Amino acid sequence: MSGTDTRTATIAVLVENEAGVLARVIGLFSGRGYNIDSLTVAPVDAERRLSRITIVTSGTEMVIEQIKAQLDRLVPVHKVSDLTLEGPHLVRELALIKVIGRGEQRVEALRLADAFRARVVDATVESFVFEMTGDAEKIDAFLALMRPLGLAEVSRTGAVAIARGTRQIAP
Amino acid sequence: MSASPLSAASADPAMKPGAEVVLRALKDQGVEVIFGYPGGAVLPIYDALFQQNHIRHILVRHEQAAVHAAEGYARSTGKVGVVLVTSGPGATNAVTGLVDALMDSIPIVCLTGQVPTHLIGNDAFQEADTTGITRPATKHNYLVKRSEDLAAVLHDAFHIARSGRPGPVVIDLPKDILIKPAPYTEPPKPGAPHRSYRPVLDPDPAAIREAVRLLKGARRPIIYTGGGVINAGPEASQLLTEFVRLTGMPCTNTLMGLGAFPASDPQFLGMLGMHGTYEANMAMWRCDVMLNIGARFDDRVTGRLDKFSPESKKIHADIDPSSINKNVKVEVPILGDAARVLRALIAAWKEDATPFSRAQIEPWWRQIDEWRAIRCLAFTQDMTPGAVIKPQHAVKRLFEITRETGREVIVSTEVGQHQMWAAQYIGFEKPNRWLTSGGLGTMGYGLPAAMGAQIAHPEALCIDVAGEASILMNIQEMGTLAQYRLPVKVFILNNEYMGMVRQWQELLHGGRYSESYSAALPDFVRLAEAFHAKGLRARSIEELDGVIREMIAHPGPVIADICVAKDENCFPMIPSGAAHNEMILGPDQEKNAARVTDEGKVLV
Repeated sequence: MSGTDTRTATIAVLVENEAGVLARVIGLFSGRGYNIDSLTVAPVDAERRLSRITIVTSGTEMVIEQIKAQLDRLVPVHKVSDLTLEGPHLVRELALIKVIGRGEQRVEALRLADAFRARVVDATVESFVFEMTGDAEKIDAFLALMRPLGLAEVSRTGAVAIARGTRQIAP
Repeated sequence: MSASPLSAASADPAMKPGAEVVLRALKDQGVEVIFGYPGGAVLPIYDALFQQNHIRHILVRHEQAAVHAAEGYARSTGKVGVVLVTSGPGATNAVTGLVDALMDSIPIVCLTGQVPTHLIGNDAFQEADTTGITRPATKHNYLVKRSEDLAAVLHDAFHIARSGRPGPVVIDLPKDILIKPAPYTEPPKPGAPHRSYRPVLDPDPAAIREAVRLLKGARRPIIYTGGGVINAGPEASQLLTEFVRLTGMPCTNTLMGLGAFPASDPQFLGMLGMHGTYEANMAMWRCDVMLNIGARFDDRVTGRLDKFSPESKKIHADIDPSSINKNVKVEVPILGDAARVLRALIAAWKEDATPFSRAQIEPWWRQIDEWRAIRCLAFTQDMTPGAVIKPQHAVKRLFEITRETGREVIVSTEVGQHQMWAAQYIGFEKPNRWLTSGGLGTMGYGLPAAMGAQIAHPEALCIDVAGEASILMNIQEMGTLAQYRLPVKVFILNNEYMGMVRQWQELLHGGRYSESYSAALPDFVRLAEAFHAKGLRARSIEELDGVIREMIAHPGPVIADICVAKDENCFPMIPSGAAHNEMILGPDQEKNAARVTDEGKVLV
């Protein structure tokens, strides 16, 4: 067995866009006791009926190799790609963040949102909804700042990721 | 069901009712037999079956048995086994069989009925979320919601079931899809690439060369093979035999791999694992190079993982990449079909210029012979009339007497002590003659599996080696044997205990035999007679051979109730949580089991 050092892996999975495929992936993780830190899915190619799942998981190197091999043998899976292992890549997440407050707190929230390049997508006299993209750390940092300023509700997409440069994931 | 839209659309002559499309697809896939049980949701298929002569239907008495029968059929022929059950309870009853086939990599296509599409999700009568329930129980499954997908899904299912690492596939068929007209499409051409499922079959030549390099440098090599060699077809077993003889190396098989290498060959060390031979396990422990082909380092084989074969470099060839480096880290992974791997190994071994002489492994063989001299499977049978029959002796005589007949013998088992004794004392010279539930360990597997094998091989002598507890789990299939006049022999080692449970309770739980006594047993002779079969009983040693001979000679189904020693344990044994070199050899050494820790006990 190769040590107990764990690492985080961002894995992109290209799958058939068909009923049950997400359940297969999730069932695999729960059935075999793997971690899911984040999971996103959406169709990416209507013509070829493909969806892309991005999974952020963590485990020992042996476990992560297992996860990839187990994913790859699911029948509707076209391609499994370990972005973390394969080189430079971008990870982004979108968050909608509702802050409720009045007066100075409200001004401060707006100022910080500007510094973090969060956009105001909804406003009332006592609330803002900010839209923000970034990696998980950036969003976490922003949420920490908003907490004393009236943070009320958060909705996050989970990570999506893509390799930098010309490298592609194709079926 | 709603009949209105169904009858109207049949104007197009290319369109046939869904049920007929199903049967045509089965026929084009080469299906000759299906094992099934009717019910409301699949009545259209049964109606179509009634009106054709290509496919034979075997009516089982329980859906679980339908799947095990299909497994026995598949395992003994290499073909895909086909099952047909109804919705709801029909499908849920099949689940144990499906998981059994999944664990042992048996190709099965199971058609399940479903309520009509417009009722799905409404908690309709006999509705179950079959694709949801069977998702982790199958290699893949489908719910057919559109008639135009029907034929393609059926062809796809057969492809998935039989290719790569084989396994069970479920197709859930709503009743309206079976009635509505559907177009037929021919099976894809053989070799046409699948859209997303493309298992690697040809091994990487560099990995093969590296494997040969390691093997040629070995001083203490072992070749350890499993069910993957059986699944790769009889040719793979021939190639394995060729390779083992070419190299002069010792060979051991897993429970699932028995028959891939001839048991009578002097290079065969017997089965390995928890109840494997001393020589096989010691050789695994002490080897310096291990070649694993088509086995998966199962916990029943490795014992304690951190003490597993500590000195060896390991080569692992498997068709399933997720089997490699799952339990045991290996130096040389080889992805590919077992037959192709073996062919490549043979070619590379001959091409490679590195000298290899038998002399370099001669000391290793001497060591192995010392281990063999312990005669770990030896037992003492009192032959005086009236003496109690030892179960080992009963199995040994069954093997010897069946071999004398010269007939083709196929053996299935239930699960427990009798299964291990069968694996230890029956020698298999060829693949596909040994049907046992290895991965899931399903009591009740053996009778229906023997039934399925008998359907495929009407002339063969099909024997279910059973225990008195296991056999009751699918005893209703005696009715199927009677209906189809299947001359299956059920050979019960009756010790009035769930023997393996009793053995573990004796060794690990202070002899507290909690609920493991088979109380209120039926009279198996009269039970056989009630099912129109022959019932025989051997009470003591002088009756044994006569009962075996009479059982074999009888042209119909037989239950032979062999009353055996009640307290016999199955040895050798690697206690749970122990390493290969910590085997218990016999009753005198049982006290060693006291060393089993709580950590070991949790390892089942």
